[in-house]
Amino acid sequence: MTVYRLEIEARPGLPDALGAVTKQELQAFLSISPTRVRSRKIYLLDLDIDAAEAARIAAALVDPVAEIGAVGMLPDDGEAQFLLSVSFLPGVTDSIGKSVKTACEDCLDRPLVGQVYTGRQYAFSGLTRAEVERAAAQLLHNPLIERVTLEEPPRRLSLEVPRAGTARAPSTSTVALRGLDDEALDRLSREKILALSVVEMRAIQAHFTAISRDPTDAELECLAQTWSEHCKHKIFAAPIAYTDPTGKKQLLERGLFKTFIAGTTESIAAARTAASADPEGEDFLVSVFSDNAGVVRFTERDHLVYKVETHNSPSALDPYGGAMTGIVGVNRDSFGTGLGADLLANVWGYCFGPPTYSGHLPPKLMPPRRIRDGVHRGVIDGGNQSGIPYARGFEIFDDRYLGKPLVYCGTVSVMPVTTAGRPTHEKPMKPGDRVVMIGGRVGKDGIHGATFSSVRLDEASPAQAVQIGDPITQKCMFDMLTEARDLGLYSGMTDNGAGGLSSSIGEMATYTGGAEFDLAKVPLKYPGLAPWEILVSEAQERMTLAVPPEHLDAFLDLARRREVEATDLGSFTDSGRLVVTYGGATVCDLALAFLHDGVPRVTRTAVWSLPEHTVASAGRRAAANDTLMGELLLGLLRRPNLASHEDRARHYDHEVKGLSVVKPFLGVHRDVPATATVMRVRHGRDEGLVLSEGIHPQFGDIDTLAMATASVDEAVRRALAAGARYDRLAGLDNFCWPDPIVGPSNPDGEHKLAQLVRCCEGLQNACEAYGVPLISGKDSMKNDAFLGGVKISIPPTLLVSVIGQMTDVRRALTLSPRSVGDLVYVLGETRDECGGSEAALAVGLELETVPRTDLARNAAAYRAFVAARDQGLIRSADAVTRGGLAVALTRAAMASELGVAVEIDTLEAALGLFAALFSESTGRLLFTCAPGDRAAVEAHLGAHHLVPLGVIEAARDGAGFLRVARGGKALFDLDTKTLRTPFSEGLHGV
Amino acid sequence: MTTRLDPRPTPANAKDVRVLVLTGHGLNCEAETAAGFTFAGATADTVHLGDLLERPTPRKHLSDYHLVAFVGGFSFGDHVASGRVYANRLRFRLGDDLARFVDDGGLALGICNGFQTLVKLGLLPLLDRVKGSGLPAQTATLVDNDRLGYRDAWIRLSVDAASPCVFTRGLGPILECPTRHGEGKLVFASEAVRERVEAAHLIPVRYADAAGAPTEAWPENPNGSPGGAAGLCDVTGRVFGLMPHPDAYLYPENHPDWISQGDRGERPLRGVGVRLFENGVRAVLGG
Repeated sequence: MTVYRLEIEARPGLPDALGAVTKQELQAFLSISPTRVRSRKIYLLDLDIDAAEAARIAAALVDPVAEIGAVGMLPDDGEAQFLLSVSFLPGVTDSIGKSVKTACEDCLDRPLVGQVYTGRQYAFSGLTRAEVERAAAQLLHNPLIERVTLEEPPRRLSLEVPRAGTARAPSTSTVALRGLDDEALDRLSREKILALSVVEMRAIQAHFTAISRDPTDAELECLAQTWSEHCKHKIFAAPIAYTDPTGKKQLLERGLFKTFIAGTTESIAAARTAASADPEGEDFLVSVFSDNAGVVRFTERDHLVYKVETHNSPSALDPYGGAMTGIVGVNRDSFGTGLGADLLANVWGYCFGPPTYSGHLPPKLMPPRRIRDGVHRGVIDGGNQSGIPYARGFEIFDDRYLGKPLVYCGTVSVMPVTTAGRPTHEKPMKPGDRVVMIGGRVGKDGIHGATFSSVRLDEASPAQAVQIGDPITQKCMFDMLTEARDLGLYSGMTDNGAGGLSSSIGEMATYTGGAEFDLAKVPLKYPGLAPWEILVSEAQERMTLAVPPEHLDAFLDLARRREVEATDLGSFTDSGRLVVTYGGATVCDLALAFLHDGVPRVTRTAVWSLPEHTVASAGRRAAANDTLMGELLLGLLRRPNLASHEDRARHYDHEVKGLSVVKPFLGVHRDVPATATVMRVRHGRDEGLVLSEGIHPQFGDIDTLAMATASVDEAVRRALAAGARYDRLAGLDNFCWPDPIVGPSNPDGEHKLAQLVRCCEGLQNACEAYGVPLISGKDSMKNDAFLGGVKISIPPTLLVSVIGQMTDVRRALTLSPRSVGDLVYVLGETRDECGGSEAALAVGLELETVPRTDLARNAAAYRAFVAARDQGLIRSADAVTRGGLAVALTRAAMASELGVAVEIDTLEAALGLFAALFSESTGRLLFTCAPGDRAAVEAHLGAHHLVPLGVIEAARDGAGFLRVARGGKALFDLDTKTLRTPFSEGLHGV
Repeated sequence: MTTRLDPRPTPANAKDVRVLVLTGHGLNCEAETAAGFTFAGATADTVHLGDLLERPTPRKHLSDYHLVAFVGGFSFGDHVASGRVYANRLRFRLGDDLARFVDDGGLALGICNGFQTLVKLGLLPLLDRVKGSGLPAQTATLVDNDRLGYRDAWIRLSVDAASPCVFTRGLGPILECPTRHGEGKLVFASEAVRERVEAAHLIPVRYADAAGAPTEAWPENPNGSPGGAAGLCDVTGRVFGLMPHPDAYLYPENHPDWISQGDRGERPLRGVGVRLFENGVRAVLGG
C-alpha cells in the first residue's frame, strides 16, 4: 500500500494555540526562549486508497476556514530553523489515528484496510540545536512511548510508519520448572517479571510435579498475574506476628483484611441489624468486597456504587498515559459492578514531589512538575472525554513522592435496583454462557502491569507496562453495554484490567466453576503476539461479558450497530478448570482451586520500632507563640498543600450531566475549595450524593494509628458539614505503602509492616466508633524507587474517602457565612496538637504531638450537630483541617467576602497562640448561625465543647476580611485581597 | 442581576412536540438535554445516530421530529478538530435529510459540541440558503481557545433582544450558565460574512462582563471569541447553536450562588436554562 502523508496547520493570520502554549511552557519550565513556535498535525494514511481518494480525505479533514493542509508536505516558510516531529512508537495506542481512519471510511463510504498513524510537528525559530534537543528531551516527548525526528529545512518527505507486529508464528513453550533449585526459581521469577517469591515458585513447582508435567509459559504467566500482590493482596491476607509499640506480641492469624477491614464492616452490619437501622429487606450494605466496587442502598430506585483506585507506577513512567489509564480504568470497575451501573462522578487526588523542586534527581525520574502536569492532563482528558464530572480533587506535596507519585482515581456510579426484571447488583451467570470480549483490541501494551506494580521502580522497569487509554472507544462501549443491560442481554461482566483476560475470565469462571476459550479468536491490534501475551495483555477499554447463548446473536448485532467490537471466545463451564486454547492446541489448563487458592500464606513479621525523632526544644516551641501570626498565616496560604489549584482544576469538567449542587470550588469568587461536594443523582429527583475525603501522611510519620483516625474523622466531618445523613455514610480505604516486607535492601520492613497494622487498627477504631462501614478499598504496597543507587520511598499514606447521602439537596450547606450579624462558633476542642501540622512544617518545628482523635466524644458531638443542622439552625459549616482554625477562618472570609471577626481568648489562654490558631486537632467544625438561634444552638451543642468565637461583619470597601483579636486587641486584620494573593499565587504558573 | 423567572404555564399541547436528541460516538450531554426538553413539556427521544444511518433501512427518521438537538460531548474524541469527524459523517450520510429538515421549518439546537457540529455542517450561520439544495459549505468555524485547554466556569451571556433567534426570546438581558470547552473561539471565513452576521443580529448571545457589556477579556470570555460571540443562529432564528451549556442550568441549585440567591430572595424557582428549551417548544407550536 502507498502511504499518504497529510499535513495540517493553522491558516496564516489565525492563532496556533499549541504553538503559542509550547512557546510559553519552554520559557516557564526550561527557560528556553524561541522567537516563534508553530505546530502542525501530521497524519500518515497507511490505507488501501489511491491519490485521488487521499485528496478527497484531505479536503474533508482540513477546516476550510481555519486551516490549510496538503497531501505530502506543506511549504516551510524559511523562518524556522528546526522542525521537530513527535510520533508514537510502534504498537502504542493512537486513538486519534483510529478516529482519522473512521473519517476516511466515512469519506470514501467503504471499509478500509490498514491504519492511520498520527504525530505532531513543531517548527522552532530562534533556538540552537542544543536547545531544541533539550526541549525535546525534557518537555515535548516521552521516549517510552514516542519517538522524535529533528530536521533542518529543506526536509525530505517522510512516509515511514511505525507498523507494529511480526509475521512470526505464535507459539507456546513449556517452562522446565521441575527440578530447579531455589536460586534458579528466583532467577526465573525475576527474569520473566513474575514477581513471585521463592515460596510461591516452589508451590507452583510442587503442583506441576504432582501432575507430572511442566507448566507452559501461558500457565506460569496466568498464575503470576493471578497471584500478584496487585490482584491477590497477599500482604493484607497474610498472618502477621505483630509486636506493638508497648512490646506486646500477638498473632493476627486472619490477616489484616479479614481482621480489620472486612471485620469492621461485618461488625457494623451486625450493629445495624441489632438496632433495626434499616427496614426489613432494605439493608444499607447491598454488595461489599465481592465485586469490582462496593454497593450501598440509596433510593427505592437506585443504589450507589463507589471505587477508588491508584495508578502509581505507570504514572511515574508516562504521567499522561498512566494517569489517564487510572481514571478510565476505575470507570470500568465502577461500571462493571453487578450487571452494570451508570457512571456519575469522578474523584482524583495526587501526592507529588514539590512542583518547585530543583534538587538532584536520580536518572530516569522525571521532574515533579512534569509529572504533575502530565498526570493532570491525563485525568482531565480521560474524565472530560468520558463525560463524567469530577466532584473532588486534592494535591499533597512531599519530597518523598519524588520517586513514585501517588495517583488516586475514583468513580461513583448509580445502579438501578433492577434492570430487565433482575437485581442489578448480582451476576446470574450459568454454565454454558458465552465468554465475550468487547471493546478495544489486544496488543502488547500493559503486559506485566499487575506484576510490575508489585515490584519497585528501577532501571529495568519495562516500557510496555504502560498502557494508554482511549476514552472514546471506552465511552462507546459503555453506551452500548448500557443498552444491552437494559435489554437483559448478558448475565455477568467484569473489567479487563490488571492481568488482562487471565484475570477477568479467571475471576468470572468462579461464578460457574470453569471456563474454556480460544485465544486465536481474540482480535489483535497487530500480528505476532504469543498466546501468553494475548492472555495477560492489559490493553485497555475492554470488558469480558457472560452472554447466555440465546442472547448471543442479539448482543453481537447490537455491538455491530454501535460500531463496538465484540467477539465470542468460548464458554463458561462447571468443569472446575480454566482451559485456554490457541486454535486447536491447549496452552493453559489449570484447576481453578489451585489458581485462586493455591497461593501459600506466609506469616509476616511486624515489629514497631519507630526511629528516634528530633523534637524541638521547649524554648523553640514557646518561641513559636511570638511569631507574627498574620505573617505566618499568609506564608501558610502560599504553601502548595494549602494554596488554591482552582486554575488547574477548572480544566476538569465538574458540571457535565447537569446535576451539580455544591461544586468543588465555591464562594463569591468561586475559588475556595468546598468542604464536601453535593450533587443530584437523577434528573427530576432531589436526593443527593455527598463526597469527601481525609488524607494525612504527615501524621503517619509519628503514628499511623493517629493518621488513620484523623483521616476517617476528617472525611466524616466534611460530609456532615455539607449536609449528609449520619446514618448513610460509607467509607473506602486506599493504602499506599513503602515495601513492608523486610529484605536486604529493605532493612526496616518490619517496622513498615507494623505501621500498616497500626494504621488498620486506627481505621477500624474510627469506622466502628462512627458507624461507617468500609465498602471497598485497594492497597498498593511497593511504592519505592531504586535508581542510580538512591532509594526513595513514599511515606505510609492512607486515603479515606466517604460517600454520603442527602434526602433533599436543597438543604445542602457550604462553608461560606451568609449574613452580617451571624454568630461564629467552633465545635470541638482545640488542643496543643501541632505535630505534622502545616504550620509546624512551615516553621520547621519537629513535634511528636500529632492530633489524637477522641472518637466517642466526636461521635456524640456530630450527632448533636446533625440534629441542630437538620432543624435548620446551622447556616454555614466547615471542617477545621489542614492549616487549623486560622486557615478555616480565612476560607470563610474569602468565600463570603464578609468580615469574619473573632476573639480567641478562650482558646489562647490554655494553648498559646500558635496552637490556638494552627493546631490541627480533629473533631472540629467551624459554623455560623443566626443571632436569634443562639439559645437553641447552645442548648443542642453546649455539652460538646462549643466555643463562641465572634460574629460576621459587613465587608469593608467591598472586600471581606479576617480579624483575629485577643484581649480586645487585634492580632491581625487582613482583607481578603491580602489573603487571596498568596492563596492564589502559591501554585500559579508551576 | 439574575432575572427571577417563575415557571410559565406549559402549553397544553407541548407533549405533541417531538424532539430528537442525537447521541453516540462520544457525545455525553444527552441526559440533561433530554431532561431540559422534558421539563419544557416536550416528548424527547434519545436516539443513537446509528439508528438514523442504519442500512438498508433506518430505524429512526429525522422527518418524524419537530426539533433536533445536537448535544455536547466529545464526538469521536474531537480528534482532528472538535466535531469534525462527526459532522463529516452527518454530511456524507445524512446531509440531504438535514438540509430538507431545515428547509421544512424544522428546528435545530446545538450546544457546545453540537454547535461545533452545526457550524462545520454549514448549517450556521446559513446566510444564503437556497431551499432544496444540499448542505452548504462551511463559512465559520470554532478554533482553540486563546488560553489553550478546556475550562469549566460559569459565565454571563448578554442576550441580543433584536436577534431573530427563537430560543433566546425573553431571556435577556443576562443569562448565566457554565462554559466547558477547549475550542470555542468563533472565526468567520471573511469580514464580509462577519458583517452580514452582525447586521442580521445572528449572534444572539455574547460573553459579558460584570456590567453586562460584551467582552473579549478572559475569564469572562473563556476563549477570546471576537465581539464576545458565544453562539450563532440562522436568519429564520430556528437553527441555533452556542458554546455555553443552558442544559447545565436546569435546577436553581446548579447556580454557584444558589444559597446566597435564596438569602436575598433572588433564587429563580426553576433553572433558567429550562426557558431556552421552553422557547424551542413554543416555537414549534407557533408561539
